[in-house]
Amino acid sequence: MTAASKITAMGLSDRAKRAAKVAAEFADQVDIEGRFPAEGMEALKAERLMGIMIRPELGGEDANLTEVADVCAILGQSCAATAMTYAMHQIQIASLSDYAVGSAWHEAFLTRICDEQLLIASATSEAGIGGNLRNSLCAIEIEGDTARLTKDATVISYGANADAIMVTSRRHPDAAHSDQVATVFLKDQYTLDQTSVWDTLGMRGTCSDGYIFKAEAPKEQILPRPFAEIAAQSMLAVSHLLWGALWYGIAADAVARGQSFVKAAARKSPGQVPPGALRLAEASSLLQQVKANVVAGLKQFQTCKGDSDALNAMSFAVAMNNVKVGTSQTILTIINHCMLICGIAGYNNGTPYSLGRHLRDAHSAQLMISNDRILGNTSTMLLVNKQDTSLLG
Amino acid sequence: MKQTIRTLLGNHGNLPIAIEDVADGADLYDTGLSSFASVQVMLALEEEFDIEFPEHLLNRKSFSSIEAIEAALSEILKEQAA
Repeated sequence: MTAASKITAMGLSDRAKRAAKVAAEFADQVDIEGRFPAEGMEALKAERLMGIMIRPELGGEDANLTEVADVCAILGQSCAATAMTYAMHQIQIASLSDYAVGSAWHEAFLTRICDEQLLIASATSEAGIGGNLRNSLCAIEIEGDTARLTKDATVISYGANADAIMVTSRRHPDAAHSDQVATVFLKDQYTLDQTSVWDTLGMRGTCSDGYIFKAEAPKEQILPRPFAEIAAQSMLAVSHLLWGALWYGIAADAVARGQSFVKAAARKSPGQVPPGALRLAEASSLLQQVKANVVAGLKQFQTCKGDSDALNAMSFAVAMNNVKVGTSQTILTIINHCMLICGIAGYNNGTPYSLGRHLRDAHSAQLMISNDRILGNTSTMLLVNKQDTSLLG
Repeated sequence: MKQTIRTLLGNHGNLPIAIEDVADGADLYDTGLSSFASVQVMLALEEEFDIEFPEHLLNRKSFSSIEAIEAALSEILKEQAA
């Protein structure tokens, strides 16, 4: 048995917990320095967790999205930047493994991801477009067998640390803004000229700097399916669900800290209910709502997966949007409750009850794909979509 | 029916090119139809034909081309007549 196969014979959550332990150790340092969570990501690679969603014939483990979400939730409890980097990588893997089937180049690349435990970033945001995933200004230009692309990418999370970047663009220089393709470019096929520095309130370790991205590669590296289809059927849902899972992780760790604080207080004063106990009960109830929201979303995704009609349905898009908006708002309330429970010990950095990093990281949730944009999108769909009023459906 | 669809798409579709230049089978999303605009066109069709799109037709496919919209409308009108 090789070392790699020994590791993959173990359960995914055990491997994730070991990686999370390493990530937790460096979480404060990553946050303070605003640097890439190298130790956590190396641990994930050592646990062979980068390609688990890929088909076994290409070297993966055929893990489903629910299993990957569980890994994200485990990591979220240790280091949100590691969890977010891992989640964003898996969003690219989900698109690549489902929307490039039969493409020789992409299948060989997926095999490499498993063999070499490669990290894949994405470049969708663009100057002049902002965060609207489904619009591009830049266009890929094809000459003979070569594809060339220049993109003023306002954000490429962990761009400097990735082994490859999946980039959206218009299909050709005359195409409409929404007529997009995605192309995978390998590290030695592009240059990154940094234009902005990611110095943020939270999620500091994702290093989502801005770059002028310039690349040249064989045209076979363009994904065969239109990006519109990838975005609608995979990317948006997978993003909301994996983010929701790691946000749950951040809130779950905050509640665990709140609970330790209340327990310690209860031990000191036997017979008395500590003042934070009621708040803790409230936080626990809210945390359960977040968990139920994410789990129900994952269940719906697994039911619809592979059925393009179900994935394209408005009701599915509304449900996924609701997971994103609901979880991202509620975790802030939960962590704030925990801050009230822990008081100054929670407000202070460097105590076992510190919650500053959790709160700052959690604040990114309502902004990454702005909740206002998502609510606007949902409200448009609700003009025609009929609400599913059944409990189980 | 096709002409009515074209008129409503022209008025509500917010397409970057003239509706006369869009072929019946052309992919409307590739042409630049946004999801917001597709809902506006859907509402206009509901108003024009006095119908309501059922849940199973509320997806991207129903609005992927002028032909697809026509097929969806025919299905709804046929069900209504039955």
